[in-house]
Amino acid sequence: MTSQSPVDYVLHTVEERGLKFVRLWFTDVLGSLKGFAITPAELEGALEEGMTFDGSAIDGYTRVQESDMIALPDPNTFDIVPGRGDDSPVARMFCDIRHLSGEPFSGDPRHVLKRNLDRAREKGFTFFAGPEIEYFYFRSETEPIPLDNAGFFDLAHTGIANELRKRTILALEAMGIPVEYSFHENGPSQHEIDLRYSDALSMADNVQTFRTVVKQIASELGVHATFMPKPIAGAFGSGMHTHLSLFEGDVNAFHDPGDPHGLSKIGKGFVAGLLHHAREITAVTNQTVNSYKRLIEGYEAPTYICWARNNESALVRVPTPRRGKESSTRVEFRSPDPACNPYLAFSVMLAAGLAGIEEGYELAPEATNNIFEMSADQRVSHGIASLPQSLAEAVDVMEGSSLVAEALGEHVFDYFIRNKRAEWDSYKEQVTTWEVDRYLGSL
Amino acid sequence: MVHCEDRMSDIAPTEPLAIFPDPPPPLLAQTLDLAGYPWKAVSNAAVAIQQEPVDGWAGAVISAEADPEAAFGICRALRKRDAPVDRVLLLINGSQLSELELREDLFDDFCLSPFHPQELEVRLHHLFFRTGRTTGPEIVEYGALILNLETYQAAFGNVPLDLTYMEYELLKFLVTHPAKVFTREQLLSRVWGYEYYGGARTVDVHVRRLRAKLGEEHAGLIQTVRSVGYRFGQTRGAISR
Repeated sequence: MTSQSPVDYVLHTVEERGLKFVRLWFTDVLGSLKGFAITPAELEGALEEGMTFDGSAIDGYTRVQESDMIALPDPNTFDIVPGRGDDSPVARMFCDIRHLSGEPFSGDPRHVLKRNLDRAREKGFTFFAGPEIEYFYFRSETEPIPLDNAGFFDLAHTGIANELRKRTILALEAMGIPVEYSFHENGPSQHEIDLRYSDALSMADNVQTFRTVVKQIASELGVHATFMPKPIAGAFGSGMHTHLSLFEGDVNAFHDPGDPHGLSKIGKGFVAGLLHHAREITAVTNQTVNSYKRLIEGYEAPTYICWARNNESALVRVPTPRRGKESSTRVEFRSPDPACNPYLAFSVMLAAGLAGIEEGYELAPEATNNIFEMSADQRVSHGIASLPQSLAEAVDVMEGSSLVAEALGEHVFDYFIRNKRAEWDSYKEQVTTWEVDRYLGSL
Repeated sequence: MVHCEDRMSDIAPTEPLAIFPDPPPPLLAQTLDLAGYPWKAVSNAAVAIQQEPVDGWAGAVISAEADPEAAFGICRALRKRDAPVDRVLLLINGSQLSELELREDLFDDFCLSPFHPQELEVRLHHLFFRTGRTTGPEIVEYGALILNLETYQAAFGNVPLDLTYMEYELLKFLVTHPAKVFTREQLLSRVWGYEYYGGARTVDVHVRRLRAKLGEEHAGLIQTVRSVGYRFGQTRGAISR
């Protein structure tokens, strides 16, 4: 196999399929998908040398004085996005971002994840991730009005929800993103689609594609899809529980047939690392003010730092693999929400888990149900910490974390903290409806 | 030998065979010359690819005796071509037999060295007799599935199939080797190359993706053979899934 081959493949396919545009996709530090389209005439040059663009326009990229950057498409990610209706299909590739000198740009989230995966690889590990992504459909993007508890609209909108689900899953499968979906209604108009595990880099790309496809298909039917973590007070929020595993070659490094839970020393170390660093990485896995409205008791979202085999509220769940399915041994990290930047979120989860393995952290005993019945004081005396209660607290904890600084790299780390502080400051200025309702009359 | 050349005339290739090592053992060169096979010696995999004739190598005779690693490297490179070289004959000595294990798909036949010239000739003849030359655009069909190896396009009838590069490579390999069971390791080595790090789980991930793209109707074309690997193509009793 020559290194030219994927490039040849891309060039041939664009020509044969008569594609008019190729979209080049990349991600800003906050996780928004960015991109521009090029014509087939520019394609060969783009694949060889990349395309120059103004990086100062992208959140978290460069300062103005060094604004030109290169987007170098990764031909292995070339795929065709199904067209809207009768529109002709469009191809897309994910890009790596480089400086004009050709050096990888440290603010590129895809590069951050690659760097962390390389570290795992040096230790002999391949990192796999499988997220379960929840989201809502609303009638518009200005008000969270669900499709399916809307009185006389019931029948019509149930039809739309089914149509949306069907189209979305077909589109994802056609893009090579295998789905193991489930459809639930904990919240009104809330949906969940589980993606089949993949290596973490492909999966982060997949999550970006997923969010785009879900929103695009919804907008075709005049509906708004949102990955906002907690759009409706009093209803379930949207999480992105992520199943994680490490493989050494073909062997699942988390599996140990001799252990009562089937979990190896490496697996236990990984879980211990996730728990130990959970508070530090939460700002990354839950990066909005709104994220912390989800991380409360009573809605199956995690609040305390503990693990369990079967408890919907534990931060880490270790499902017992079925007999004969040992290679599926994995741990489920339940705090992330679908508004995260998947490249950065997978990076910090991996870094935390690896630290647990390398430093040999001791795994605390499994949480029992009464943790959730204890009083706050009792939990403190049992050494059970809580996840950060707000974005402000999460950012403060993150700022003191050398693990997160190393995993993200200084550029992303600094930008992220500055940006999130500004987000919190802006939120702080608000007087909410809750405050008016509670205080205006009585005070 | 005259008789032999007569017999060769209807199947003798016009393109040369790739021969390793360079220079080849004198007996090998002499045997091929006498049997009427044009040949060209290559010193490594890169040279074998670089010097490949426009219409492809007619076949290859690769001696693994002196440098097995380079020899298998060449075999692998020849097999990885868009139109894989179909007639690869391996020369090995008796102590190397165990090295053939798990490399079955890198060669079509082998001959123990020191070889008898007549045996080598018969084996080569047999390879050419069996496989025949293909000409024209490289189109592979399986039912409604059509692969154009020149343009890298796959389609069901007139409906093109949108694949990534590795999905295409995997499908191409499976379609060109129907009904044969491959282990994950074999697929990894043949489709990705040994240097790929991801491990055999990568194969599962890609098979799963490919099935998703084939769609429900055709996903069953790639069958999981439990605790072995994968097989392409329908068999009786496996109508769906």
